[in-house]
Amino acid sequence: MKSINQNVHRDALPDFRNLGVILRVVLIVLALSGILALAQVGNWQALLPRFLELSAPVQPVLILSILALSGLSSWLRSLEYWTGILVVVLIELLVVSVVYRVGEQFFGGDPYGQLERYWLFIMVATALILYYFHLRNRALSPALTEARLQALQARIRPHFLFNSLNAVLSLIRAEPKRAENALEDMADLFRVLMADNRDLSTLEREVELTRQYLNLEELRLGPRLKVEWHTENMPSEALIPPLVLQPLVENAVYHGIEPRSEPGVISINVYKTRDEVHLVLRNPYRQEGDHHAGNKMALGNIRERLALHFDAEASLKSSITDDAYQVHIVIPYRKEPR
Amino acid sequence: MSKQGSALRIAIADDEAPARSRIRDLLEDCAASFALEVVGEAANGCALLELLQQAPADVALLDIRMPEMDGIEAAQHMQKLDEAPAVIFTTAYDAYALKAFELHAVDYLVKPIRLRRLHDALSRVRSITPLSLDVLQQLTPEPRKHLSVQERGRVLLVPMDKVLFMRAELKYVTIRTTEREYLLEESLTRLEQEFRDKFVRIHRSYLVARDHIESFERGVEGGAESGWVVKLRGLSEQLPVSRRQQHVIKEFGRI
Repeated sequence: MKSINQNVHRDALPDFRNLGVILRVVLIVLALSGILALAQVGNWQALLPRFLELSAPVQPVLILSILALSGLSSWLRSLEYWTGILVVVLIELLVVSVVYRVGEQFFGGDPYGQLERYWLFIMVATALILYYFHLRNRALSPALTEARLQALQARIRPHFLFNSLNAVLSLIRAEPKRAENALEDMADLFRVLMADNRDLSTLEREVELTRQYLNLEELRLGPRLKVEWHTENMPSEALIPPLVLQPLVENAVYHGIEPRSEPGVISINVYKTRDEVHLVLRNPYRQEGDHHAGNKMALGNIRERLALHFDAEASLKSSITDDAYQVHIVIPYRKEPR
Repeated sequence: MSKQGSALRIAIADDEAPARSRIRDLLEDCAASFALEVVGEAANGCALLELLQQAPADVALLDIRMPEMDGIEAAQHMQKLDEAPAVIFTTAYDAYALKAFELHAVDYLVKPIRLRRLHDALSRVRSITPLSLDVLQQLTPEPRKHLSVQERGRVLLVPMDKVLFMRAELKYVTIRTTEREYLLEESLTRLEQEFRDKFVRIHRSYLVARDHIESFERGVEGGAESGWVVKLRGLSEQLPVSRRQQHVIKEFGRI
């Protein structure tokens, strides 16, 4: 359905807006220049000066290419794969030509040769980079990525399921209406949990799901559970992998609220800054916790899913401050095309 | 079967109010077939112990995962009551405990509890043998959060983090908090094993709380065989470090 992952489902050009992709391109180009410099000089001392000399034409080309490709990324990705490659190569040839001409104007030409040589170099470099992304695509091929995503399916704690069922049972006689609502929430929750969660969902739906989950927890924990939502600046339409927020809140309840008799506050803050969506979750924390292992596993799972969807652009950090535990997730702001 | 005829007195402990009311509902259903009476409800182990001293019960339906004091620890302290009730554990899901229950043939009910199961468990309850402390301690890897001492017919709970040191006497152990001393009928070796994370042995007959150690000093009077004594925060008394346990001083110096 809506996958913004550059890797899933088909042979496609990388998304040049993605920070991870840009980083990889830069590293490959630097490595190529380094190797080229090494091939041209006789000893290690001469390597660095030669490398810097090479950078003079390479850096402008690199910067211009990245600007051009990231600007055109969505259009490029809408093309056929091979057409896209052809266009990328043409763009690169154009960029090299422009840089060459400008360089000629200002520095009186390059002693190392004619434009055709540069064309050859850029074509080899472009081919190598695109081939690398092709291979990477294959390594994270649909089958593999999906298998990994499937294995990473968020799972609900059996502890929560059975306790919730028990709470609903307790309501049936005295408050049938509340029992009905609770079962409806549960049905929704489990529908999402059992769905195919490889595609992205929206923040709005994820928040709604988390609210339904918290309704159920409130049923059994009563006044012990206090929730503070800060969603005034939430971009509802932003895309997010499903079951990122809910499992974190489930952890917060299990580790932060249940071990205490006195009421505790879980605060959930979702907001957008420039191109990033932030999710900040805080819960009371007490040392002597006996179950850090489970928490680490859940965080690892979410981190890995974020990486599969957003590569280096997403991050998840957890920290302990005073007597609170905080998880801070940053994902790039994306919304569904159209 | 001595109390046959009199109503079965039942105490309920669970931290979730709906879970307690569910058990009450089921007990009402059971009441149709035999006489029973709910003596009270508690939201954690400490509250249950308090309750049982006011209103003794024959059976405690005891949730495992509760704040303050979990069910397994509560069951251990309940042994010291004059009228220790039989224990039936209840749990929604606890892989570790369930395995242990099976292994030691401990009575338990999984939540949501079925009326039939509850009925069966209650009708068996007067014939089951009480759990031994040994078995109870094997049900959980967690050390207790409290020690319980019997004093003038009551069971007092002493939170572990209040305990400064424990001293072995002839047949019992003295535990010392900043306020006072208590007598405990347990062995120092067992206590050492259970609380090895929090307490360190400094002498054949002393365990001291790591967190409360202020300093190690050369004893002036030379009362201690090694010449070293330990000072604990909030305590004027100094405790001897035996020659054999002198390595402890070095370990602390490193921190």
